[in-house]
Amino acid sequence: MDNLFEDEDKSFETKQLTISLGPQHPATHGVLRLDLDLNGETVVKCTPYVGYLHRGVEKLGENRTYFAALPLSDRLDYISSMNNNVGYVNAVEKLFGIEAPERAKFIRTMVAEMGRLSSHIIWLGTHVLDIGATTPFLHAMAAREKLLDLFEILCGARLTVSYPRVGGVRNDISQQFLDELYDFVLEFPSHMDDYETLVTENRIWKDRTVGIGVISAEEAVNWGLTGGTLRGSGVDYDVRKYAPYDAYDKVEFDVPVGKAGDCYDRYLVRVEEMRQANRIILQCIEKLPAGAVMADSPKFTLPPKDLVLKDMEHLIHQFILITKGPTVAEGEVYVGTEVPKGELGFYFVSDGTGKPYRMRVRAPSFVHASVLPRLSEGGLIADVIANIGTIDIVLGECDR
Amino acid sequence: MEPLAIADKIKEQFPEEVLEIREFRGQVSVTLNKGRIGDICRFLHDDPALYFDFLVDLCGMDYLGKKEKRFAVVYNLYSVKHRHRIMLKAEVEESSPSIDSVMPIWIGVNWHERECYDLFGIVFRGHPDLRRVLLPEGWEGHPLRKDYPLKGPGPDQEWKGFNDVLDRSKQYREFDWHG
Repeated sequence: MDNLFEDEDKSFETKQLTISLGPQHPATHGVLRLDLDLNGETVVKCTPYVGYLHRGVEKLGENRTYFAALPLSDRLDYISSMNNNVGYVNAVEKLFGIEAPERAKFIRTMVAEMGRLSSHIIWLGTHVLDIGATTPFLHAMAAREKLLDLFEILCGARLTVSYPRVGGVRNDISQQFLDELYDFVLEFPSHMDDYETLVTENRIWKDRTVGIGVISAEEAVNWGLTGGTLRGSGVDYDVRKYAPYDAYDKVEFDVPVGKAGDCYDRYLVRVEEMRQANRIILQCIEKLPAGAVMADSPKFTLPPKDLVLKDMEHLIHQFILITKGPTVAEGEVYVGTEVPKGELGFYFVSDGTGKPYRMRVRAPSFVHASVLPRLSEGGLIADVIANIGTIDIVLGECDR
Repeated sequence: MEPLAIADKIKEQFPEEVLEIREFRGQVSVTLNKGRIGDICRFLHDDPALYFDFLVDLCGMDYLGKKEKRFAVVYNLYSVKHRHRIMLKAEVEESSPSIDSVMPIWIGVNWHERECYDLFGIVFRGHPDLRRVLLPEGWEGHPLRKDYPLKGPGPDQEWKGFNDVLDRSKQYREFDWHG
């Protein structure tokens, strides 16, 4: 028996192995491919490949009017389309130089936070599922279902909503919607407690996330990270606080920041963000002012539908706006908004016609996907999965 | 710092490089020559009063037929510390569409520059890994250029990879079950 182990070193040889993770892999949250060079279980080199979902949103946007390009923004980050819409309409409003009425701003803030909740719920469910905890996923999806039902009451669509419009929102909210949302908001913190009981202090969870994918504050800023991924490293940067749009300057909320910059801190930050989102929704319901939900600015916003059906002038007005699009002075604006994934920016260049000369989408997932090699190289292959979950990417937004 | 004050500071430091300063809706963009873009960015990043530590976005622009120099590269900078913003535009001519990479300053610009190369064909000198990022290797043309057709180059000029997939599917259809 002894000589079996005698020349162990000679009989075993290690060599570097390249494997392809994805594009069709449940843990890559979409069609992301990683080429991993492995030495045993250690990742030596990680090369991400994106672009499988590239639909040319920027090119399409250049060929549509400002109204008609709104649904394109739904399809960026398709699990929080409400936030993309809010980002889009804010940028266009800035370019037009108009402002939505107070009530519309509060409604937009409210639905954007609902979008944030539903996105973070998916993130929480899938992230912990990737690492091996199945139960929270099932509970989380139940809460998300409720939010999608609320979106359906609100505008008839569950996922690709296109509810916020340039100059306000599509329609006023109903009492039924408000009542059901209020019930949900009161109930939601107890759901959060349930998820956290299952995960936060769980030993396996901590073993898999504490000290994994560490990135320092300075480095995170240099990499261009935003959102929860940046705040996990301890950088206090949130667009909602420092360049408030809609009604974010009229509601109170805290911006949670982490310390260690690892997967666990990013998890804690996002979980706290969910509680804060809930708090914002509650304040929006309580403070919701009365009034119109669409700006009265005939050059840029559509006339009320009942008037269009009644008289000629409004019909012509609508026809011109829809076919030609509102024309705007030459200029360019960049507006960033805080979507669940990070900072989503729209950069418009207008040449004085009804269509944008250039529509640029600054997608947080694109930047976050590029940081994967930095987080993963030198770690174990199992941690790659934890890292993909923790940077919270959606490939629809990454590839545009 | 106010955006116009930042623009003035750039002009003070690099008087020959600044071509135009424009303000629109409270946002300021500074148009520059591309020659010393690396120095200008390094100055903006290192100067303690400016300290632009966060490159929000980099994207290309195509002014086909509108401007003498066809392309521009737009840098959108933000300072997390001082909470101010500035936009730089470096003009790039069509005859030599290349510009210095700013990756030594902001490492996160890596994929933005790759994307700009991919969609506009602007080459970033000094970039360590300048490949296409959104489109597959072997794609012809740069889709965000204004002279690239919206619906693609047409059915008779399909991307080679697509034809390969079609050929392969044809091969698989002729599978010989008894062979």
